[in-house]
Amino acid sequence: MTQQEVLQEYLLRLADSDMILGQRLSELTGKAPAVEEELAVMNVALDLVGQARNWYEYAAELINDGRDADKLVFLRDAHEYRNLLMVEQPNDDYAVTMARQFFFDVWHYFTLKSLVNASDERVATIAAKAVKEATYHLRRSSEWVKRMGDGTEESHRRIQDAFNLLWRFTGELITPDEVDHAMFKAGIGPDPEQIKQDWFGMVREVAAQATLTVGEEDAWMYMGGKRGEHTEHLGHILAVMQFLPRAYPDATTW
Amino acid sequence: MSEWRLYEVFVRSKHGLNHKHVGSVHAADNEMAMENARELYTRRNEGVSIWVVPSETITASASDEKEILFDPSEDKVYRHASFYKLPDEVGHM
Amino acid sequence: MYAQMVETGTKRLKTLEEMSPEERDFQEKVDAETKIEAKNWMPDGYRKTLIRQISQHAHSEIVGMLPEGNWVTRAPTLKRKLQLMAKIQDEAGHGLYLYSAMETLGADRDEEIQKLHDGKAKYSSIFNYPTLNWADMGAVGWLVDGAAIVNQVVLQRTSYGPYSRAMVRICKEESFHQRQGYQILLDMMREGTQEQKDMVQDAINRLWWPALMMFGPHDDESPNSQQSMVWKIKRKSNDELRQMFIDQTIPQLEFLGCTVPDPDLKWNEERGHYDFGDINWKEFYDVLKGNGPCNRERIATRKKAIDDGAWVREAAVAYAAKQKQRADKAA
Repeated sequence: MTQQEVLQEYLLRLADSDMILGQRLSELTGKAPAVEEELAVMNVALDLVGQARNWYEYAAELINDGRDADKLVFLRDAHEYRNLLMVEQPNDDYAVTMARQFFFDVWHYFTLKSLVNASDERVATIAAKAVKEATYHLRRSSEWVKRMGDGTEESHRRIQDAFNLLWRFTGELITPDEVDHAMFKAGIGPDPEQIKQDWFGMVREVAAQATLTVGEEDAWMYMGGKRGEHTEHLGHILAVMQFLPRAYPDATTW
Repeated sequence: MSEWRLYEVFVRSKHGLNHKHVGSVHAADNEMAMENARELYTRRNEGVSIWVVPSETITASASDEKEILFDPSEDKVYRHASFYKLPDEVGHM
Repeated sequence: MYAQMVETGTKRLKTLEEMSPEERDFQEKVDAETKIEAKNWMPDGYRKTLIRQISQHAHSEIVGMLPEGNWVTRAPTLKRKLQLMAKIQDEAGHGLYLYSAMETLGADRDEEIQKLHDGKAKYSSIFNYPTLNWADMGAVGWLVDGAAIVNQVVLQRTSYGPYSRAMVRICKEESFHQRQGYQILLDMMREGTQEQKDMVQDAINRLWWPALMMFGPHDDESPNSQQSMVWKIKRKSNDELRQMFIDQTIPQLEFLGCTVPDPDLKWNEERGHYDFGDINWKEFYDVLKGNGPCNRERIATRKKAIDDGAWVREAAVAYAAKQKQRADKAA
């Protein structure tokens, strides 16, 4: 891969993870556990889809094959998606929704914080805006993890179950592959070793406050999203999300 | 009975202005009240500062007591800026 | 109009002479357009009617998120998805503004929501119709929000201060909703394929009459409407508002190049208004009674969200109590 291809790949990962998590959250419309939460969940979803759009636009410019941001979102199949497996997991119980958000937010926050200093100016600019939003997302999800963990017996059980359920997807957040290494070397991506340390540091700290236990660092991990090998869920997400542009291929405007 | 407490929300919309009452939110604690107020009342960047106050801690005058509480100062016209007639040349103050 | 039929409990209007001194004082304030505030004395009927009206309005905002939630996951472009998400978020916010105004009257939000879930409280009949194609998102914004705005603009001058202020805020934020909806339709009509144009016309065909029903039944001489007018919690009659809406909407419809399913619709030069056909009031009352296409699903979804979420809300309360205990111990 050329340097630019690596960057394209990396941008699609950032974009796709934002997009799919935003899509998952928008499924909760009218279904959140409190009216206040409707607002908060939609706020996070809006931020994520907005960020995704910024990454897609930059990616589309680099790819430069006539596809714009919308075509990247609505006309790629599952194996072309590069999002983390974590974000495609179903909403299920609200504890699962929140644990998914928390694990992602910690990774997202530290990644964006580092991208603010990227040698690529466009990346740095997009990250600078995004990191403010991610800071708020992380504060919110950590608060909820603590409330659930140290709340009632039932909530403790539910969030602990959610931590156990999703733990197998955490490895992908902090296990670098050749793209991550190349981006770090190019002065764009974060130091993978640092991200791993920061991620574990914060997850353990919040879990302790929430009286929760986290899985082992060397537990078996389910990975593959970053290279297009997904769980069964992604195909269904795309079937819904891409329905209109796929069903009406002649439509050029909506 | 409400599960979450009721908080009154006050927003300072710009530097230099007073906090103004904008409405209320429900929350389990002060931190959540602040988050919820931010989500609800400053979605369009309306605020620079927010206060949240548990509604039950507010003591309000009955507005029907208006005459007793507010009339006495009505004759102290010098408290009002419009009392001071300025020559037009001074311009807006 | 998000509150279509509000019972006032009034059998006959009182004259000023028949009123108690407080009541007379209250009515004179209302007549003089002085806003009534939470701490002011007010007749019990005024308070109860307002609680009913504002809660219906609030419930409508919240239930109204569901038909849009049906399409937000299938919005066809990033721009449309972001717009729709922002609109849905506003609706949750508007629901909260209204519940907040309602609570200044001493009502409890959770209790009022429980009434909704028990089928004892109303919300706008429009949200009991399904959204069947993407153009419905345009038609909902244009017709449904458009109808709501006609009413809400007038309600900014309602006599109850907190309600009036909530309306001002809502009107300010909602101005983009109707345009957003109209633009969805306009873009499809101008640049869309035949299939897309058919979607637009289909959406208008299905939503036109339900939109007109949003304004509620004909105003009769019933004490209910009269009382609400005298209290100024209603400022224009249902029929007046419906006519205003039709008059302002038909030129927009023609600009789209679409039609409405009403053979009797035509401009009446003499009246200076559009004439239109009879509304199917049987359908209106049926939907209001819970027999609309989606009543059961809408309520079931809302009830499930709040019931399933109970443990989440309880967790927050338990955590807050523990935190407080710890802080008190440390102090």
